This record gives sequence, structure tokens and C-alpha cells, in this order.
Amino acid sequence: MIGWKDIPPGMVILEAGSASKIKTGSWRAAYRPKWIEENCIQCLLCWLFCPDNSVKVKDGKRGEFDYDYCKGCGICALECPGKKGNKAIVMEEEVK
Amino acid sequence: MTKVVAVTGNEAVANAFRQIEPDVCAAYPITPQTELMQRFAAFVSNGQVRTEMILVESEHSALSACVGAAAAGGRVATATSSQGLALMWEILFIASGLRLPIVMPVVNRALSAPINIHCDHSDAMGARDSGWIQLWSENAQEAYDNTIQAFRIAEDMNIRLPVMICYDGFIISHSIERIEYLDDDVVKNFVGEYKPLYPLLDVENPKSYGPLILTDLYHEVRKAHSEVYKKVPKVVIEVAKEFEKISGRKYELFENYRLDDAEIGIVILNSAAGTTKDLIDEYRDRGVKVGLLKPRLYRPFPYEEVGNALKNLKVLCVLDRADAFGGSFGPLYLDIAASLCNFSQKPILINRIYGLGGRDFMPEHAAEVIEELKDIAKTGKITKLKEYIGVRE
Ligand code: SF4
Ligand code: SF4
Repeated sequence: MIGWKDIPPGMVILEAGSASKIKTGSWRAAYRPKWIEENCIQCLLCWLFCPDNSVKVKDGKRGEFDYDYCKGCGICALECPGKKGNKAIVMEEEVK
Repeated sequence: MTKVVAVTGNEAVANAFRQIEPDVCAAYPITPQTELMQRFAAFVSNGQVRTEMILVESEHSALSACVGAAAAGGRVATATSSQGLALMWEILFIASGLRLPIVMPVVNRALSAPINIHCDHSDAMGARDSGWIQLWSENAQEAYDNTIQAFRIAEDMNIRLPVMICYDGFIISHSIERIEYLDDDVVKNFVGEYKPLYPLLDVENPKSYGPLILTDLYHEVRKAHSEVYKKVPKVVIEVAKEFEKISGRKYELFENYRLDDAEIGIVILNSAAGTTKDLIDEYRDRGVKVGLLKPRLYRPFPYEEVGNALKNLKVLCVLDRADAFGGSFGPLYLDIAASLCNFSQKPILINRIYGLGGRDFMPEHAAEVIEELKDIAKTGKITKLKEYIGVRE
């Protein structure tokens, strides 16, 4: 940790993308999302709605959650249409 | 070639803005600041400046837009008064914490309730610890001169802090005075080209403003921030010396008026200092050793210099144009008392509250204070530490 003499003016952070160093997923409290692939229709609404960029997409396909940054807000689970009324995302209790 | 004109304080400050031509100005009208922004908006509409004028829906938005524009990398100005400054409160601390050199004239006006559009200092006094530099101005000339100097002080690379220029609502903002304008190119050369520090619009070098800083670093960030203010007085003096070269007008951290051999002293801000100086001359003619200190750089407050200038007085009255309800004394009094408290030799201090909501400060009020101080000097007895003057029973 830096001392006060090394604080930059206005605490402006000059290193691009440095937020990725802080694994905010550790703040997740009670619930984490779980992806049920067989119910997924690849609409990518979860990716669109996630406020923390924690739904990974590769080659246009839905990938796993990034639990290093997911805060467990449940927005993805709420927005997920799933298949024939069966959600492809459910919130599960966090196992510590 | 300077030009001598007869203009209002607001007109003079609007002209300084025209000469400086900030990149962005976001403002909301409020009496008595309105005339200043209305005149500047006319310069924008007439194409006399290329400033991006953002007309917003509140002062909270005005200062928020200024914060964004300053972080983007522009030279930014706004202006306000009274309730408008109160509504900016939250953003004041963000502007200073992010070290954004925004320049803002504050045309001093009383706070509600009861609603009142006239002068007192409760607006700017309420914001005195928000991290903004404050320059106070006795008259329209000082308001104009301080506005020009404010850009240089704010933008100094060792400082990078926002600045308020305070001048009295209506008394100065709307009264016509004789003003000396500097030439446009002289002002432009003096403020120079704007050099941004960490501009967000420099997309090749991405950066983040306003990160979350918690228990492990906030204390260090604030210590670093508080150290910056120690550098301000030196820069204010350097800028004043350069300003004297182009204007012939001398500015310091405070004005010392006939104080050096004085036994009786008065500390007072802004326009009422002018009235008081007249009375001091009259009393001096009668052999009374009285002098005045008029703070100019009020934030950061130059405690050491002020303490040294006042410590040899016998008696001293600090006149506040703002009360501190439920507190002990007026805000200016508290700073003066703190400046003196560690000297073994120091004057007896009293605090008088005057001129709230635009109540005129008349020569007889200054005389009343000097008479009271003469009595205290003679008897050593104080009747009241803090009291209102010019108030009906
Ligand atoms: S729970 Fe919230 S943060 Fe986590 S992936 Fe879903 S939307 Fe994103
Ligand atoms: S919102 Fe649901 S169905 Fe759509 S891609 Fe995400 S997990 Fe699959």
C-alpha cells in the first residue's frame, strides 16, 4: 500500500483497466447465479443486462459466469427467458 | 492601454470572462449573479467568444457539468449566489477532491429562510471548508482583477484547485463604479493557453476519475490533499506580482491598512472594508491609532501571516457578515482567534455581527465599533464578546 506522498493529484488512476485487479466477486453475499445450459436459447440477454460484465461470451456463444466479478445481483436470472418456461439461470445459495 | 469605464461589478466580471474565454461555462441564473451570466451569455450568442455555454436546470447540474468538462480537459467557469451555492454543496467537494481548476464568482447573498436577495456572507462562509480557494473582493475592480488572477492560481500545476471569487451582492454586483479594464490581449497573455492535467478526452491514455477509496487509503488521500493547500499562498503572491506588472495594482494575501503602529484593530471582509477605511482615516486625523486588516485569500487562510499582523494590537474587533447559529462566534472571528491563540502577546478580541440580508453598514456603525474598542483599550472590560450591531431593539 502506498503512503500519502505517492498519492496522485485528485486520486486519478492513470493505469487503464486496473479495475480488473480488484476481484469484486468477493463482495457477493448470499446468492450466486447458476447457468443451466440445456435451458439456454443463446439470446445473450444475460450478457446485455449484467452490470458487472460477468457473463462471458466467446465466439458469439454464451459462456460461463465470471465469479471473480459477479456480485450476485440476480438481474441475469430475472431477465433470462429460458426455454419453454424453464429458466437457464437460477440463483443458488452461496456456499462459503 | 488600459480602458477606464463605468460599469457594475457583474459587468466587470462578465468582461473578464469574455477576455479569458473559457472552453465551457455551465450556469444557472440566480439573483444577484444573474446579470453576470446574462451578460456573458450575450457574448456567447453574439459570437464574441467561442465558449460552449451549457444552460442547465439547476446549480447542482451546473457544477456537475463543470466537473465533467474540467475532467475532460477544458478551461471551465461558472458563477452563483446564495441558494445556488447551497444546491452545489455536494459537487463542491467533488470538484476540489478531483483537483479540477474551475473558476466561480460567488456574488454574496443571504440564505433562506426568510428569503432575501441581498448581501451577506453566509453563502460563501457555508462553503469555506469545501476545499475551494476563496478570494474576497472589496469592490468591482478587485472582483475583476481577482477573476483574472483566479484562473492562473487554479490552473497552476502545483495546485489544480477550484477557486471562488467572492464579492458583495448588489452593493458591488449592481453598483456602477469606475473600473480600469486591461486590454484583451494582455489578459489573454496573462492567463495563457490552458494546459490540462489528465484530460479524459485524451483517449490514447485512458484514466479513471473518482475511484472508490476505502479504509485502507482514504486517510492517505486526504492527507495528500491537505498538503496541497500549503502551496497556495506562495502561488497567490507570485500571481499577484505578475498581475501588478500588467495592471499597476498590488495585491497580497490580505490588505494591511494603517495597521503597523495601530493599537485598535478591525478585521472585516469585502465592501464594508471601504466604509471602515474612511472612518479609520477620520480617527487617525484625531490621533486615534486604529487600523484594519481585510482578508483577501480567505481559503486557505494564512494563519501565520494574519496572526503576526495582528498580535501587537491592544484590542481587536472582528466583524462578521454571517452568523454561526448555535456555534460560538462568526466564522471570520474563529479564524482570527485561531491565528492569535498561540501568541503570548495578543489583543483582546470581540466579535460583532453586521449587515445581514443587505442591511447597510454605515459609517456610524464603524464609528460605534471604534468607540467601543477605545473604551475596552482604556478599561480592559468587555461587555459582550459577541453581539449584533445596527439592529433594532
Ligand atoms: S448475478 Fe448480477 S453480476 Fe452476477 S452475472 Fe448475474 S447480472 Fe451479472
Ligand atoms: S439470458 Fe438465459 S437463455 Fe439467454 S443467453 Fe443468457 S442464460 Fe441463455
